[in-house]
Amino acid sequence: MSALNAPSTRYVAPVGRDERIWLAFAVVWCLFLFVIMYVWQFFGEQRTPIESYRIEPSEFRALTQDYIASHRIGEVEGVPIVVPTDGGEAFLAARAFQFEPVLQLKVGESVRIYLSSYDFQHGLSIQPLNLNFQVLPGYVYVVNLTPTTTGEFGIICNEFCGLGHHVMSGRIIVTE
Amino acid sequence: MTTATAPTPSGLLWRVCQVTGYRVYTPVQRLILVNAVAAVVSLTLGGILALMMALTRWEAVSLLPAELYYRFTSAHGVLMLGFWIVFFEIAALLFGGTILINHRLKGVRFAWIYSVLMVVGAIVTTATTLSGHANNMFTAYPPLVNHPMFYVGILLFAVGALLGACHFVYQVWTARREGVVAGPLPLVVYALLAAAIIAIWTLLHGAVAYVPALLQSLGLITLDAAVYRTLFWGFGHGAQQINLAAMVAVWYALAAITTGARPVNEGLSRFAFVLYLVGINMGSMHHLLVDPGIGMHARIINTSYFMYAALLGSLIHAFSIPAALETAQRARGYTNGLFEWFLRGPWREPGYSALMISVIGFGFIAGVSGVLMGTMQLNMLIHNTLFVVGHFHATVVLGTTVAFMGLAYYVVPLVAKRDLAFLGLARWQPALYGTGLLTMIGGMMLAGKLGASRRVWDPIFSGAPLQVESLTSPLMTFANTLIGLGAIVAVAGGAAFVLIMVATVFFGRRSDKPAVGTLGIIAGDQGPRSDVEIPEYDHHAKRFQAPGTTTLVFIFLVWFVAMFAWAAFNLGNVGWGVS
Repeated sequence: MSALNAPSTRYVAPVGRDERIWLAFAVVWCLFLFVIMYVWQFFGEQRTPIESYRIEPSEFRALTQDYIASHRIGEVEGVPIVVPTDGGEAFLAARAFQFEPVLQLKVGESVRIYLSSYDFQHGLSIQPLNLNFQVLPGYVYVVNLTPTTTGEFGIICNEFCGLGHHVMSGRIIVTE
Repeated sequence: MTTATAPTPSGLLWRVCQVTGYRVYTPVQRLILVNAVAAVVSLTLGGILALMMALTRWEAVSLLPAELYYRFTSAHGVLMLGFWIVFFEIAALLFGGTILINHRLKGVRFAWIYSVLMVVGAIVTTATTLSGHANNMFTAYPPLVNHPMFYVGILLFAVGALLGACHFVYQVWTARREGVVAGPLPLVVYALLAAAIIAIWTLLHGAVAYVPALLQSLGLITLDAAVYRTLFWGFGHGAQQINLAAMVAVWYALAAITTGARPVNEGLSRFAFVLYLVGINMGSMHHLLVDPGIGMHARIINTSYFMYAALLGSLIHAFSIPAALETAQRARGYTNGLFEWFLRGPWREPGYSALMISVIGFGFIAGVSGVLMGTMQLNMLIHNTLFVVGHFHATVVLGTTVAFMGLAYYVVPLVAKRDLAFLGLARWQPALYGTGLLTMIGGMMLAGKLGASRRVWDPIFSGAPLQVESLTSPLMTFANTLIGLGAIVAVAGGAAFVLIMVATVFFGRRSDKPAVGTLGIIAGDQGPRSDVEIPEYDHHAKRFQAPGTTTLVFIFLVWFVAMFAWAAFNLGNVGWGVS
């Protein structure tokens, strides 16, 4: 009688020794995988950002433009560069097809980034760290970053956002 | 209530399959074939698109312009994830709901209606997409929308599939009520029932997502981005869980067909399918792990299928399928050492090699990568990278598609009553296809690890005002080359399958006892039975019944733990604090 045939009416068999050993290991591994996420989230250095708020895209655009105007120190390829001050808050906006502004951060100093979109859904992908977050219009995602290495870090969009998706990039600069 | 006796095979409506001994209700044959042909047509179209897409991302070739790349990516998604898989599943449900339980098809006309509905829906959506009116992917996240006809086609197709899944449940129910199935269901049918229940739930979810999407594309409403993602993935992820349950059903069927294997523990295997049912739809959270708008507990509890209940189901199958094969092979005399049963398996049998490629590929690559991605913090390193694409090609192609191909080598010739064409090619096809897929998936995972994004025409963003230099590296070029070369081999393997199927259905030699490779079953009086006596698994034995399998599953666990540790190391290696 194979899996193609109906079994005898009483098919509940005792679990054999090898099955029991495997099941025990499997259950322990499953529980470990579950618990480790909580441990990570409370004690880890890299935690998934949770904090978020609703916002109208137009309001987010206005706040970001104000922020850029008051924190601008220059520009690169037409994209403004800003340095976060006052408690390390920063706005980072995604729009078709550019991230703005370029953030210039200090190594070792935390920055609280308000991340959202003016228009479509986008993906924030910081390279080469390969840190990826979803960017939704209508929602501000609060991403806290503490850079530990200096240099220029590229940002690419990794959510399809239209026919210009493949030219949508941005940058984070980390200085001493 | 009258309990009708099972109808006897007489007249034009019934025949007895001389290969398997199944009593076949003949009106169902054409329905199975129509769905199988629709599946293979979708696979063919999707495969052609796949080749062009892979050759576009490979910088050395850069085949398509950007607009066509996005258009074809959208079409490839619906054709493969939607139409190929679901048409095949409906064929499998028609097969399981009649032939496997010796039941007649109640409501033949009804089955034709939903099959035609699905075909019409598939044509409408494919035509809309290929004509460039649905370039925003099959996900089409708001505020992006596809043309209304895209959603109309999807909804027609989904309604058809929903009716098909309900029909299967009705078949099983009436078989029980009429006494055609007196005791428990065969395990394969039980598994298909789990798949059908997940399908009903998932397709209702699809309506909840796609009806508003249609209204939005008509300009009638505006959808919230986060709400739509939650609704959509209730459908999108659930759809993959239908594939998982159907694939495991096919695994049990192929193990039985090729070696005569019997389940080692009917009860435990069934319990594993119940775990799929309870836990699996929570997995839609996997797609939302780095989204705004969701709390910590909601993320962790959902992404883990409530403490990995569904993973536990898969780990049960991971033992029970190889253990069943091992027991059967040992009964055939391959008893030396731990692995003679494995090494001396019927590898030249297409159903067996497809089964093994599917089981090993799904377990070691698809399953493990899926758990890594579904771990909330690790998802930050993987979300929307090409690693995700590698993962789901391992699940849906290396796992589900290869298993379905393996089953097709038996069901299609037997139902069409024609010899399997090109048996020699069929013996090689799973290995050819699997090699191409493994290469391609390896390339995708490597590229994703290096930061390559999914669904992008130019993976190095060479036209962007702010250049991202780290995306250009010899290793990235190597990864893209692997993807291109792997895709070429995989498409060749897929083409071989299509050729064999087309040749069988339309030109195969007609026969009442069709030739299909070497089987581990012979015709019995109530369906097939094993050609050798396979002993019942001894659950009271002190010594291990399947020592080879026990060794294999622990090798698998060590691999699993090592991959998890490696991924955790990578996240720590980011160095930056994130919260």
